Amino acid sequence: MITRFFLTLITALFLVIPASFAGDWSKIKIGTEGAYPPWNGTNAAGELEGAEIDLIADLCARMNAECEIVAQDWDGIIPALQNGKYDAIIAGMSITEERMKVINFSQGYANEPASFSVMKSSSLAGLQASGKVNMDSLDSASTALIDALKSSLSGKVVGVQGSTTHENFVKQVLGDSVTMKSYDTQLNLELDLIAGRIDALLSDKGSMEEFMGTDKGKDVVFIGPNLGGGPFGAGVGAGLRKADTDLLKMINKAIDEARADGTLAKHFTKWFGKDISM
Amino acid sequence: MNYELMIETFPKLLMGSYITIQLVTISLFIGLFLAVGLALLRLSSNSFLIFFAKTYIFYFRGTPLLVQIFLIYYGIGQFESVRESVFWVFFKEAYWCGILALTLNTCAYSSEIIRGGIQSVPLGQIESAKSTGMSRFLLYRRIILPIAFRQALPAYGNEMILMVKATSLVSTITIMDITGIARLVIAKTFSPVEIFIVAGLIYLTINFAVTRLVSFCEYKLTPHLRYNE
Repeated sequence: MITRFFLTLITALFLVIPASFAGDWSKIKIGTEGAYPPWNGTNAAGELEGAEIDLIADLCARMNAECEIVAQDWDGIIPALQNGKYDAIIAGMSITEERMKVINFSQGYANEPASFSVMKSSSLAGLQASGKVNMDSLDSASTALIDALKSSLSGKVVGVQGSTTHENFVKQVLGDSVTMKSYDTQLNLELDLIAGRIDALLSDKGSMEEFMGTDKGKDVVFIGPNLGGGPFGAGVGAGLRKADTDLLKMINKAIDEARADGTLAKHFTKWFGKDISM
Repeated sequence: MNYELMIETFPKLLMGSYITIQLVTISLFIGLFLAVGLALLRLSSNSFLIFFAKTYIFYFRGTPLLVQIFLIYYGIGQFESVRESVFWVFFKEAYWCGILALTLNTCAYSSEIIRGGIQSVPLGQIESAKSTGMSRFLLYRRIILPIAFRQALPAYGNEMILMVKATSLVSTITIMDITGIARLVIAKTFSPVEIFIVAGLIYLTINFAVTRLVSFCEYKLTPHLRYNE
């Protein structure tokens, strides 16, 4: 009797593993990190806020959908999408080939270059923050900029947020010439730069500018060129399950509309102080 | 289930178990010494020492280990005075912060386990020892502590197993233990189920060894309870 009860219970547990209801997108769950201001942060009151939180509300209104936002730790954000914990990721996620192997992406809605940051007092601060490198088309000038980065960072400790394009860049381009440390959140990464446990960090410029604007981050400066393309991907888009092609079309259409009437640019300008929409 | 990926990941996670075992061994070893000291303070007759021991145990058992790890790693690093002092050599490294947090935490739990052991030593045995004229030190070394350890061993075995599992929390401060490497591989492969199963199996193996070790010690320490020899 008890055995049968447990068998039924176990079977029931397997049955409730969420199934997505193809075609009915009147209710959509959206996953975000909530620890990546100004993309998606959490304010003192514990509410999610940021450019993408505004964007989610905007897109959902355009899709006539009722949206629920789920906060999810960054390193589990793709597996949780695949397991049906939510239907889309809108979390400052760059569109990369690696991720395209497991999930679909909407069209890009924003693009922000990456850059290394150091403390003002660091010997690395001498490296001028200028130039622009597109990792997809490396000419001699940008190769020289990358080489300059490599030689000054050689032997240093470089921090990144784990499971990010920045981590991929450090692994692929800097490799063993630096010691890489991976952090769970952008904030913990920033705190360790201040504490001096890492010599430099690589992240997107928008979130660093947000931190540099705070009292804690006032002594942090950018070094080297703006980085984009290649391992950094082609802009930031919404991540979706491969199967949900109908939802993909809906989101793409909503992004088109938001871009056309200028609200997309408005959301990002409001939070980043500059228009990084694309 | 992607078995190929599981087999591929296994040696990588095994590398991490080296760090995990180091963390457990070092923190249990130092923690046990401190715990004996703390238990003796707790059992002393000086009310100030008792208060100190009780307060320490209260705070370290009453707060989550994760919070302790964060306070030691991110918290202490906030103070410029610490960063400019000689202690920074120690606190700069995530590894030592992890060891410190684990040691202080296990010390609190173990001291209570040892106190229980000491208090379970039959009064008659202590009195007999005293009647032979043993000094206080000898009494502790010969009679009380050996019996206390024997009594405390099953509970302490529990603590050892809990510690093996607790080390997984240090992955949050950039230490690449089994869990840290597992998370890194998951970030690349997006297959949490396979990777965490392998990680779980490695923890299980380590804990199997720990339980065998504890049983062996129990066997060795209780010759008077064995029959048919």
